[in-house]
Amino acid sequence: MTDIAAIDRPLDTFDEQAAPATRVRGYWRSVLYRLRHDPVTLFFAAIVLLVVLAAIFAPLIAPFDPYKESVVGRLKPLGWRGHLFGTDELGRDMLSRLIYGGRVSLLMGVVPVLIASIVGGLLGVVGGFAGGRINTAIMRTMDVFYAFPSVLLAVAVAGAMGGGITNGMLALTLVFIPPMCRVAETATTQIRMLDYIEAARATGAGTVTVIRYHVLGNVLGPVFVYASSLVSVSILLASGLSFLGLGVRPPTADWGLMLSTLRQSIYVVPIVCALPGAVIFVSSVSFNLVSDGLRAAMDVRL
Amino acid sequence: MIFYILRRILYAVPIALGVSVVCFSLVYIAPGDPLQTVMPPDATAETIEIVKHAYGFDKPIPVQYLIWLGRLATGDMGMSISTRRPVFLEVTDALANTSLLALFAVPIAFSLGYAIGVVAGCFPGRWIDRVVTGTAVIGVSLPNYWLGIVLVIVFAVEYMLLPATGMGPTGSTGFRILEWSSAKYLILPVITLAMIPIGILARTTRAAVAEVRNQDFVQTLRAKGLSEGAVIRHVLKNSLPQVMAVMGLQFGYLLGGSILVETVFTWPGSGFLLSKAIINRDVPVLQGTILTLSLVFVATNLVVDLLQSLVDPRIRRG
Repeated sequence: MTDIAAIDRPLDTFDEQAAPATRVRGYWRSVLYRLRHDPVTLFFAAIVLLVVLAAIFAPLIAPFDPYKESVVGRLKPLGWRGHLFGTDELGRDMLSRLIYGGRVSLLMGVVPVLIASIVGGLLGVVGGFAGGRINTAIMRTMDVFYAFPSVLLAVAVAGAMGGGITNGMLALTLVFIPPMCRVAETATTQIRMLDYIEAARATGAGTVTVIRYHVLGNVLGPVFVYASSLVSVSILLASGLSFLGLGVRPPTADWGLMLSTLRQSIYVVPIVCALPGAVIFVSSVSFNLVSDGLRAAMDVRL
Repeated sequence: MIFYILRRILYAVPIALGVSVVCFSLVYIAPGDPLQTVMPPDATAETIEIVKHAYGFDKPIPVQYLIWLGRLATGDMGMSISTRRPVFLEVTDALANTSLLALFAVPIAFSLGYAIGVVAGCFPGRWIDRVVTGTAVIGVSLPNYWLGIVLVIVFAVEYMLLPATGMGPTGSTGFRILEWSSAKYLILPVITLAMIPIGILARTTRAAVAEVRNQDFVQTLRAKGLSEGAVIRHVLKNSLPQVMAVMGLQFGYLLGGSILVETVFTWPGSGFLLSKAIINRDVPVLQGTILTLSLVFVATNLVVDLLQSLVDPRIRRG
């Protein structure tokens, strides 16, 4: 192992030196370069990719039918009769359910963030660019939603609407719009008064053109990085909602819901009961670290 | 300073009113008629009209809001549908239990998170910094309800050292903090609750301290011959406002966001009350709890804001 590393290193430095010192990389190329040389981010990006692929190709990978119940095979420990991760309280294969569970959890982790980025981002850009009363109106409304702790707001909205995947995602979207709007607004306000915007206006560019070609380019970076950091939060909150019975309904496989139903069985098969939470934890850490890596590579300050 | 305080308080009023509007509308985003739960299924149209009138649901919504707000001012939050007790009493009882958890979790989380954040910030890039940053990421990404379950599995199921759930042995009346038989019920929930704020605080403190240490004035302090200890004191004081802002947010989280942790440990606090209200579809309790917790959160942020400007007058907001 060490030998390979020793051979690798001189080659690497040679590559470095071979590149002409004056070569200027484009922004995206330098981002890619920095990402390629960040082993931690690459490692966790691989885990994220693995989780995503497992969720997409769940029917192909899962060793058992995640909904097949068995009366005799309830709450069995790890490795019982080919069930690598044991079985749950209805005798269903845990590994298969964990793989399928990624579908809902990732969906609830990504979709709310995506919608909130679009809606919140647009509101922020419009507010930041228009300034004055419009901006005050938008930002003060956002302040009201800031006054709720995020878990509480999600629980309140999802709870009042009666739970379910759609309501849960709606609640999470509502939670993420205000911070997203603030990020976009800050980025827009910072560049609104810069000379090149003035110059673009002077050449006769309309508001829409200025926003599209000059503002968005500066806002998308921070919005993207911030959105990537929210995915981890969204996964945590979504499984929290399911844990409280506000997310998906049984028998759908979902990490939060599995954790909640298996909680009754911690005296029988403690390790099996802890598994869904471990999966939530690993995905959340991975998304978090990938987001940190992206932020560093894209050189974005939030 | 007096004017500044008054201005900040005045600024918090519209926020609080906005919060009340959101909480008020919770009843209306609930599917179906808000009276569905109290009405017998075979009620005649006439009865429905009478009940609607009695509850004031036949008036226009803005009028209903003002009436609701007026009742609120006198501490009347309506009746719980499931227990038939006034929501106000339910909420205050639960909030007292939550405060008990927070009373222990807050000092632990704040002092630990701050301390390790400072140490990491003083040695950026060194191994201790890496360990702290790594641990902080874990703290931030940890589903705390899962941590609670794992702790229960380890300490209550495997080793049987501590009780798994509840707030005292069955049949006990009142919580006696000085007696081990009661106090041991606190330990696991408090540790679980403190974990996330420790991670977040360590992260923020580290960033703030590292940032201040890079500023020019620190160079000046060193150049004029101050000892490293004195330099650190300056750095800490300058990084404090940023840390305090996050502490305020985390305080709010400990009061309000503890819903999952309290559910895991069936701790009869505000979070547990909320999750019961959700299961029973008890909208008045849901509304009252959310409103109370959010107002506490608004008040906390106001206090933090004022404290911040005391520590560093430069950051007074317009």
